[in-house]
Amino acid sequence: MADGRFFGDGLTYLNPSDLKGKLIAVEGTDGVGRSTHIEMLQEWLEVQGYGVITTGWTRSNLMSKTIEMAKAGNILDRWSLSLLYATDFADRLEHQIIPALRSGFIVLADRYIYTAFARDFVRSGDRKWIRDVFGFALIPDLVCYLRIDVETLALRVIETMGMNYWESGMDLRLGTDLYDSFKKYQSLLIEEFDKMAEEFRFNVVDARKSPEEIQEELRGHILPVLQGHKRMTGAEHVPA
Amino acid sequence: MSEQESTKVAPHPYPGKLIIVEGIDGSGKSTQLLLLHKWLESKGHKVFFTEWNSSDLVKATTKRGKKAKSLTPTTFSLLHATDFASRLYHQILPPLKAGMLVLADRYMYTAFARDVVRGVSPDWVRKLYNFAIKPDMAFYYRVPIEVAISRLLRGTRGQFKYYEAGMDMNLSTDVTESFRLFQSRILAEYDKIVDEFGLLTMDATQDIETQQEHMRTLVEEALRGYKPRRGTYGRRTLFWRRFDVPKSE
Repeated sequence: MADGRFFGDGLTYLNPSDLKGKLIAVEGTDGVGRSTHIEMLQEWLEVQGYGVITTGWTRSNLMSKTIEMAKAGNILDRWSLSLLYATDFADRLEHQIIPALRSGFIVLADRYIYTAFARDFVRSGDRKWIRDVFGFALIPDLVCYLRIDVETLALRVIETMGMNYWESGMDLRLGTDLYDSFKKYQSLLIEEFDKMAEEFRFNVVDARKSPEEIQEELRGHILPVLQGHKRMTGAEHVPA
Repeated sequence: MSEQESTKVAPHPYPGKLIIVEGIDGSGKSTQLLLLHKWLESKGHKVFFTEWNSSDLVKATTKRGKKAKSLTPTTFSLLHATDFASRLYHQILPPLKAGMLVLADRYMYTAFARDVVRGVSPDWVRKLYNFAIKPDMAFYYRVPIEVAISRLLRGTRGQFKYYEAGMDMNLSTDVTESFRLFQSRILAEYDKIVDEFGLLTMDATQDIETQQEHMRTLVEEALRGYKPRRGTYGRRTLFWRRFDVPKSE
């Protein structure tokens, strides 16, 4: 039952041995620049002739609306919140990620299970349950972690998208206002990401550097993974 | 492993009582629970009722997924767990903490039986529900498959629903045959669960009154020493006021 490619108790009805593609996850807290870098990586890979799909947290067909609705005002307990993420992830895993890997694509995941681990741990103080829940997840071929300190992050987020309720962990009542709460919540998340970076051997990239430098580093981590991965011939996959 | 054991054996710390029923479709468990509900209320208890797969949070999603036939064994299982978590938090725990009675039509054992037959790992689904609390009483209404089928076909429902008959598993193109195969496997899983979690097995082939009499005797015994608690008005069934949830789609 236990298959080395699964994180824990796997999908017993699926055989992962024919997955030819590569799964690359980019992790990091809110507002750290993951999406931008994933876009650039996709472009870079496609120019080289690799087939690429990207998959993003809470973007499944099944769950994206439900999660939006739930976050829009319903009271969410910590189990439901984590289970909604898990359902979203499972839907994408079975309908997007696994089929793409089977066809030899490179899958770039904007956030992966570690985001769920960090968020649940900050709320529960328990690491076991959430890791058991995500036992069916595939272990990525590579995890890149965009690391930032909370001071830089706060400034950056205020300048760009602003702070929202959930990114500030307001359900945890950590601070009196959005700003204080954001900083406390995000520092807890970063602390947990840092621990996981050691435990799961993430490739840590300093997200305070310039976008060019970060991109360069990411590519440096990805290249060795692609060696031995057969490049798609013909390059018929046109970037969107 | 030790944590998992705790869900099996450790009783919950709350002053209320949680009574649940399990069994396949057509076992008559819902009828029995309804009659128990009436009886408890007639004795002056404040009783709360909760049902499998009924929370606002995921009902629409499950429906959408079923319609699109895009649910996999894992997403099916996770959606039910989400529903359960939401009901546990909003409907089950508050009255239990207040010292009241809660009746649940199906509990986590339904997932242990059904989701495993659909193909998820038995270990995984048990870990998934690790946050659940142990019911004070768990009744399993055991019924032979043919009795369940004839009840459902004679009854008000008339025909089987797609997922209830396990049609997504391609066991048979005939709905009744598919139901028979699917639910027989579920019965076999329940038999394991009864031993594992110590459910009280009830003979669901007996007539309704006999079964109910038996159930009431057992519940009366279990409630000896329980101090009923209720508010002055006894009408309120909501514990949390929610913001308005925008209707999906």
